[in-house]
Amino acid sequence: MLKAIYSGSIDYMQIMDENGTLDSGLVPKGLTDQMLVEMYKKMSFARALDAKTLSLQRQGRAVTYAPLVGEEAVQIGSASAMRQGDIFVPSFRQHGVYLTRGLPLEKFFIYWRGFEEGGAIPKEVNGLPVIVPVGTQVPHSAGIAYAQKYKKTGAAVIVYVGDGGTSEGDFYEAINFAGVFKLPLVVIIENNQWAISVPRSRQSAAETLAQKGIAAGIKCVQVDGNDVIAMYRATSDAINYSATGPTLIEAVTYRMSMHTTSDDPTKYRPDADVEAWKAKDPIARLMKYLVGKGLWTDSMESKMQDEQLKLIDEAVEKAEQFKPDPRSMFENVYSFMPETLKSEEDEAIAAGFWQG
Amino acid sequence: MNTNMLGAINNAMDLCMQENSDMVLLGEDIGKDGGVFRVTDGLFDKYGAERVIDTPLAESGIVGTAIGMALAGMHPVPELQFASFMYLSFSQLVNHAARYRERTRSAMSLPMIIRTPVSGGVRTLEHHSESPEAFFAHPGGIIVVEPSTPYDAKGLFIAAAHLNDPVLFLEPTKLYRLFKQEVPDAMYEVPIGKASVLKEGDDITIITYGTMASIVSDVVEKKKVSAHVIDLCTINPLDEKTIIEGAKKTGRVLVVHEAPTSFGVGAEVSARIAEKAMYELDAPIMRVASPSFPYPFPGYEQYYLPNGNRIGSAIDKLLSM
Repeated sequence: MLKAIYSGSIDYMQIMDENGTLDSGLVPKGLTDQMLVEMYKKMSFARALDAKTLSLQRQGRAVTYAPLVGEEAVQIGSASAMRQGDIFVPSFRQHGVYLTRGLPLEKFFIYWRGFEEGGAIPKEVNGLPVIVPVGTQVPHSAGIAYAQKYKKTGAAVIVYVGDGGTSEGDFYEAINFAGVFKLPLVVIIENNQWAISVPRSRQSAAETLAQKGIAAGIKCVQVDGNDVIAMYRATSDAINYSATGPTLIEAVTYRMSMHTTSDDPTKYRPDADVEAWKAKDPIARLMKYLVGKGLWTDSMESKMQDEQLKLIDEAVEKAEQFKPDPRSMFENVYSFMPETLKSEEDEAIAAGFWQG
Repeated sequence: MNTNMLGAINNAMDLCMQENSDMVLLGEDIGKDGGVFRVTDGLFDKYGAERVIDTPLAESGIVGTAIGMALAGMHPVPELQFASFMYLSFSQLVNHAARYRERTRSAMSLPMIIRTPVSGGVRTLEHHSESPEAFFAHPGGIIVVEPSTPYDAKGLFIAAAHLNDPVLFLEPTKLYRLFKQEVPDAMYEVPIGKASVLKEGDDITIITYGTMASIVSDVVEKKKVSAHVIDLCTINPLDEKTIIEGAKKTGRVLVVHEAPTSFGVGAEVSARIAEKAMYELDAPIMRVASPSFPYPFPGYEQYYLPNGNRIGSAIDKLLSM
């Protein structure tokens, strides 16, 4: 006997096209124009924050930085759909998620100045610190989701991973756990087409990354990641479904800039590719819609930009006042201070090793 | 109760799970089966599938998921079926378990106990007999304990369960059922970071832990040497004070462990003695450990593992210097 015992398909969701025209039947109920204006402001804010950090890095005032430009809709759309108690687990490029969830901006800049104090995420932000090793954060999100289910908090966990990250074993292990234990987990693949210099086509022969969820027995969908409304809708749907089980969302977007400030993308990708994606810009798209509906004007734009730049400058100033204390390195390794570590610290202090 | 190490660990987990409803066990075959060594026997029936979790076969996922649970306020106890299977979770342990408190300046912490059977001598297949303590003691941030008696096993586990840190709990396979000991029924703690003096003596100091502790004790008894025997119990952080005091007391030091000689715990212990007690020694520090290559197939393990003969001749050599 030979018969088909499984067949799957992946839906692609786009609600707002490149011209800012809506597929009105798909617009989620409860998404108001005011909410869209807010999302527009946050996306613009994220882009301004990104530009500032990049410039600080070029001046030697920030460490190696991973820009988000082009990926604002993935981050702001999904983070805007989170409820107060939902918990997010970022990778290293999700600055827009932190912004939307209310991370104090000076923390952001302290982190990107290279100090762990910036990783002390305040409780009310309900998120984890930046995680650098690719894909390794996904199992953490599964464990946090297990705890929500065990403690019956009703919260969902939203984790971000890149297209490259989906090739890591940890990604598969985590979505597999999530499926087996029906965890309240939303996995967002921020597919920006590039893992440093390696294109999406080199990560997997699979037609979509969303379909990786099929093997784990979980719900999966592909979304236009430059469409903030679709991102909001897909994340909301997944959060609403989270009491039943996990969802995998592949957000198709594009890394408009370098991987990090230590990378030169002109070496491996043609400018024409980047140009083609400019037409799909997530912020311009939403702006077209808002202007078309009379919800946004030039004067609102310039007022917003002034306000955001002021907030950013104030945060940078505060962050630059932060003075590192080398003792903090020693005092945060364990919940107690072992004698051997204490003697290393004492020796450094007594000998004045940290002066000049 | 009169119990072997396996029973003592099982009892410790039972008591800690009773005490803390946020403690869960997770791993391969630990549920209905009670674990391949039966260390979790009976706990599935008592606490149910939500707290004694049979996971998919994925070690990095087990440790990574446990890290997430700990971040969310639980106290997970992941079991890695054998120490060398733990290497698949090396990234989770070293990149995350060791660093999470530091990278958040203690805004977040990882209360968790990673359990795994270690060391050989029980004629198992390749990859079932590793002694990996040095790997995990090296980066810092992970507490590494290795009991050598049922009493210490129970007390160290309970101390680990009351700590807000990741603890790697190494259980010498050979000692699971080797001998029984009277162990209090109630909860008690054996302090983490403290070595224990197994025997007071004046002529030679022997520093050991894990599988070698009982072999060293046997040799010392048979040879009737006056030996000061220290069981490290905790590998990281080291109890330097007890080590240095012990070294100064006799002036002759032998370090004995099962893990390979080069770059091992013995090197660290020896270096600390050399730094702090060199001029009070009467002889060079010596090490007895396995040769510096990976653990062999079971047919050869008797030639690989340090035995009473090797330890005895090292003692003779040191005493003659």
